[in-house]
Amino acid sequence: MNNHYIPVAKPVARLIEEFNRLPGIGPKSAQRLAYHLLRMPPEQAKALAEAILEVKERVVLCSICQNVAETDPCPICCSEGRDRGRICVVEEPLDILALERTRQYDGLYHVLHGVISPMDGIGPEELKIRELLARLRHNTFSEVILATNPNLQGEATAMYLQRLIAPLGIRVTRLARGLPMGGDLEYADEITLARALEGRMEMKGI
Amino acid sequence: MRAPRVYKTEAIVLKQSKLGEADRIITCYTPYLGKMRGVAKGVRRPGSRLSGHLEPFTHTSLMLAQGQNLDVITQAQTIEGFWPLRQDLRRMSLALYAVELVERFTSEGLENPGLFRLFSAMLHLLGQAEDPESALRFFEVQLLERLGYRPHLDSCLRCGRAPASGGNYFSPSAGGLLCPFCRSEEPIVYPLSVAALQWLRRLQAVDIAEMDSLKIPQPQLKELALRAREYIRYLLEQEIKSAAFVEMLHQEEGRSRAR
Repeated sequence: MNNHYIPVAKPVARLIEEFNRLPGIGPKSAQRLAYHLLRMPPEQAKALAEAILEVKERVVLCSICQNVAETDPCPICCSEGRDRGRICVVEEPLDILALERTRQYDGLYHVLHGVISPMDGIGPEELKIRELLARLRHNTFSEVILATNPNLQGEATAMYLQRLIAPLGIRVTRLARGLPMGGDLEYADEITLARALEGRMEMKGI
Repeated sequence: MRAPRVYKTEAIVLKQSKLGEADRIITCYTPYLGKMRGVAKGVRRPGSRLSGHLEPFTHTSLMLAQGQNLDVITQAQTIEGFWPLRQDLRRMSLALYAVELVERFTSEGLENPGLFRLFSAMLHLLGQAEDPESALRFFEVQLLERLGYRPHLDSCLRCGRAPASGGNYFSPSAGGLLCPFCRSEEPIVYPLSVAALQWLRRLQAVDIAEMDSLKIPQPQLKELALRAREYIRYLLEQEIKSAAFVEMLHQEEGRSRAR
């Protein structure tokens, strides 16, 4: 390290440091963002600052489904129009958004906030599994849909949950695996292709 | 001499970590380049041509292009997906433990084709062996051997006497056997029963082809697992994290059998 003095105003230096903590933002991007903020109209900068404060103050975890929400219980858990017999288990809150966008599912959700990842030392105790089991025991569900990601950790988590849920006598399903839209058979891996073949469906003319 | 700009290698994927918006850094083990890291671009998007070929413990054939910092994986084609390991949680947890062992014990750029062959054969074995836990104990012994940590088990390391018939001691720091008279010569020693010692020596000598049907009795299996754990902890100066998950599944299975 060189010791000569670099003239950066203290508040700017602090802002750069804070940006630097964000994921995917290195020292150079942090500098650029900080100097961009300096040139921003004051109202805009203030709105950003308030949004950051608000997100920390007003957002809570729904005590039922563990999703991030403004109210507890969250709107999905409160909703009258949803199918209360089905529950879909996802890894992260963002997965709920993705599933909601399909408009194909109107049941409830449960967010695990992670997956089992033995090599990183993340076991079942680190996830919201206890909460899930309590929900399954104290309500009547006819189906649990395991919607963890189709990768090693997601599969491990799904298999582990299946073991725990099976004794409760609830039907456990797993999202199907197959070819992605816009995909290419030539590049598909054997496992995906085998599953796609296994789960092929009859085409019906209209 | 600089390596060529584009090159190919076989690899077994050890782990992945996220990078940026949609990329991943893939850590894998190769026969001639040792442990290696490469960037796989866009693999977190659905429809990626690479993602299915880069899951942990996939044996895959890679094409890489030299990058500024890390090399970039441009093509991947699965050679063996080890499907049986992905369908059974217990086998999967044992495979993850094996993968973590290789990840911790190997270094980048240090070739060891023999270890690669052992590792790949081991993943096959874990998928099909009658008793995958016995197979894993074999892997621990063979891995340590190929890395130059073969424990000395034929006689006491201090006095050279043959192993005592009533039980001996294992010392991680000395790297082998101590007889009951010499046990106090090393700061940390663990008891090693005669039966476990016999199994350990057998695992050092046996061929992997015979491991398919080999079954170590439960008490010795447990003892060997503990001794291996202590020895590995001494060598690495850290724990193998997957071991906790393997242990947890084992206990839960025991509990549900008892019910």
